[in-house]
Amino acid sequence: MTDRLIPRDRASHPVLTIPEYRSSVRRAPTQPLLSMGSTPAEEHGPRFGHSLIGPLDNNLILNWTRGDAPALGERILIHGRITDQHGRGVPDALIEIWQANGAGRYRHVKDGYHAPLDPNFGGCGRTITDETGGYSFMTIRPGAYPWPNRPNDWRPMHVHFSVFGHAFGQRLVTQMYFEGDPLIDRCPIVATIQDRSQIDRLVAPLDMAAAKSMDYLAYKFDIVLRGKRQTRFENRLEGL
Amino acid sequence: MTQTPPLLRETPAQTSGPYLHIGCLPVTNGLSHVYDTPLPIEAAHAGAKGEWITLQGSVFDGAGDVLLDAMLESWQADAAGLYPGQAGADPALSGFARFASDGETGAFSMRTIKPGATQGPDGARYAPHLALWIVARGITAGLNTRIYFADADNADDPVLSQIADPARAQTLLAQPLGEGVYRFDIHLQGDNETVFLDI
Ligand SMILES: [Fe+3]
Repeated sequence: MTDRLIPRDRASHPVLTIPEYRSSVRRAPTQPLLSMGSTPAEEHGPRFGHSLIGPLDNNLILNWTRGDAPALGERILIHGRITDQHGRGVPDALIEIWQANGAGRYRHVKDGYHAPLDPNFGGCGRTITDETGGYSFMTIRPGAYPWPNRPNDWRPMHVHFSVFGHAFGQRLVTQMYFEGDPLIDRCPIVATIQDRSQIDRLVAPLDMAAAKSMDYLAYKFDIVLRGKRQTRFENRLEGL
Repeated sequence: MTQTPPLLRETPAQTSGPYLHIGCLPVTNGLSHVYDTPLPIEAAHAGAKGEWITLQGSVFDGAGDVLLDAMLESWQADAAGLYPGQAGADPALSGFARFASDGETGAFSMRTIKPGATQGPDGARYAPHLALWIVARGITAGLNTRIYFADADNADDPVLSQIADPARAQTLLAQPLGEGVYRFDIHLQGDNETVFLDI
């Protein structure tokens, strides 16, 4: 059962290089990508079982101290649904996230920003989507941080997302931003996406319906992975 | 003809940035206690059928400098050419590997079973290969390429045969160094720029 993947629409994605994002200048291929239809290598992919995931894996407020002391910062829920391009939920999709702490500092040997490390915050989390494609993380809102690019460039508040669907050709790494952050429109990494409506897809809206009174705010971030082509066998296969 | 609803657009990619190890390789970044069960990132396990090989290389930028912060993932069939999940596939072959450039030297190394040739549903024969995906700071959307083997029968492979320039096709061939070790360097730019795929 290997249906072909829908060809990737490159206009949905960032350009490979812009001069304003300095690191991309020497790291972007200059030759055109070789265009090919998907083959079995892209149509199959690794699958990870729910038994991988421990009870605190999707709780970045608690997973670093294993529940002993909560991370410092603004408590938030990030939740959403992963679907394919046909709008169907993608169950059993592994999501891994990483982020800076509430002060904008990463727990990483190469992050030299002088904002403090939070002793209660590691900065990674993971989960696997439920049968409808739904997922959620509890975390703290990451701080904005400066980075060496142009003079005085700052990253907007963001959470890095890595997503596995069911096929290796669906593999996606992206970033989630926060509604209302004025740094989004100043960020050259964001600007590698040249289609405004696609940038907006990465900006999670505040979701008061999912916020919990006297506890946390919520942001909703839905993700669309590549789909497989509809074939006349599809309805039959889906029943298997 | 029934009317099909318009396709949703795929969520756009963004660069992984330089700190992807926190989320993707927490064990190598001093965050090993966070998860009880680490993600399985070895392509093959003890007892896997076939020839064990080691792939070594580095990722180079357009200035010829080696990347110290790249992460790579590979996905492959077993020695008989079956992907995990296919009937009869080797249970000791998980097929998926995740590895990274060394933060000091830029070298990567991964051990696996040499994949067999695979067959498409249309009967096409694909020469033995691993699908490879690369992310790093400065790479705006993950790059796809493939590792083939210079000492395998690559005739009529549907992907290699699309590359008109033989010198460019060479960039997808891992070179045997003997003793089951192969070298596969990735050049993001320059005279030896690797062929990247729009899959
Ligand atoms: Fe970041």
